[in-house]
Amino acid sequence: MSQLLSLLGVFGLLSILAVGGGTAILPEMKHLTVTRLGWVTADQFVEIYSLGQMAPGPNMLMVSVIGYRVAGYLGALAALVGFFLPACLLTLGASRLWVHFAGSPWREAVQRGLAPVAIGLMAAGVIAIAKVATRDAATIALAAVVTVILLWRHINPALLILAAGVLGLLVLRG
Amino acid sequence: MSESPPPPRVSLRAIFRTFLLIGATSFGGGVVAYLREMLVENRRWLDDEEFLSALEISQTLPGLNATNMSIIVGDKLRHVPGALAAFFGMVLPGTLVVMVLGILYGQHSHNAWVAGALDGVAAAAVGLLLAVTVQIARKELHGVVDVVIVLVTCLAVSELHVPLYIALLVIGPVAIWLYRPRAAARRGDR
Repeated sequence: MSQLLSLLGVFGLLSILAVGGGTAILPEMKHLTVTRLGWVTADQFVEIYSLGQMAPGPNMLMVSVIGYRVAGYLGALAALVGFFLPACLLTLGASRLWVHFAGSPWREAVQRGLAPVAIGLMAAGVIAIAKVATRDAATIALAAVVTVILLWRHINPALLILAAGVLGLLVLRG
Repeated sequence: MSESPPPPRVSLRAIFRTFLLIGATSFGGGVVAYLREMLVENRRWLDDEEFLSALEISQTLPGLNATNMSIIVGDKLRHVPGALAAFFGMVLPGTLVVMVLGILYGQHSHNAWVAGALDGVAAAAVGLLLAVTVQIARKELHGVVDVVIVLVTCLAVSELHVPLYIALLVIGPVAIWLYRPRAAARRGDR
């Protein structure tokens, strides 16, 4: 029971802090689930994150897998409810309020000011995953190639993810 | 959005089915592109301006872009029931898939082939996240002040390990204050 409550609490807290989306909370999520609570190891955290990349929809749905490893199916449910209920209620309320402030210069200021904060948090999220996922020449090269290709042309990222999985299976195993 | 003409009457079933389709087909993290194609081009539930306005709100508010968009668009079309239909459509397919993958992973995580494949995906995910961050930065960052805010935020969280809520409570208000209406007008910022 206490495990379920802490899943609700941890993911609920993370979700309302997610200014800049899922990537922005990766460092804090890693810190809480790996270092503070020991629910998963750093390697497992990144592997579970990779599972999220292979599923359709928002890749943060992988919080269900962390919940599942902590407390089975109920744990998965607790993680999802925690991660989505508070943030969705907030969005519902705040977006209605937001429409009221259309044209207000302060609304513009909030938007303008929070954009670089969100980008800074996203960058920290990239670093948090990269510290674990790119530790040798092969994985660094793979990440660099994917970055360059995506910045260069419009290609479905899912194809690159799939290709990297196959490449990893053949080259990175062991 | 309050000034625009009332949106077309859309059934809850249609909302659910449309978001289910988006949730099931949007691989690789770029949900926004799928949303735009479906909601603006295909279903014509929103025009471009309404879509961008909803996107701005969902990017500024905490939470995932994809689910925030589903809530905002569902709410606009059919209020709270519409928001629920859109949200569940968006997350159901991915949740089922990631849970199946998670259970399989739990059984085979010591398998060298599985570990190798996941290492490859993780490295590609770093590339994908980096590319998305660079693309957003190129679009949203307009000057030295922006770059300084990005660096301070990133260093605080990544290197100094400042807890996220403290970083947000300190840097967020300062950033908004820097772009307060008068200051923005004086700098000739947009």
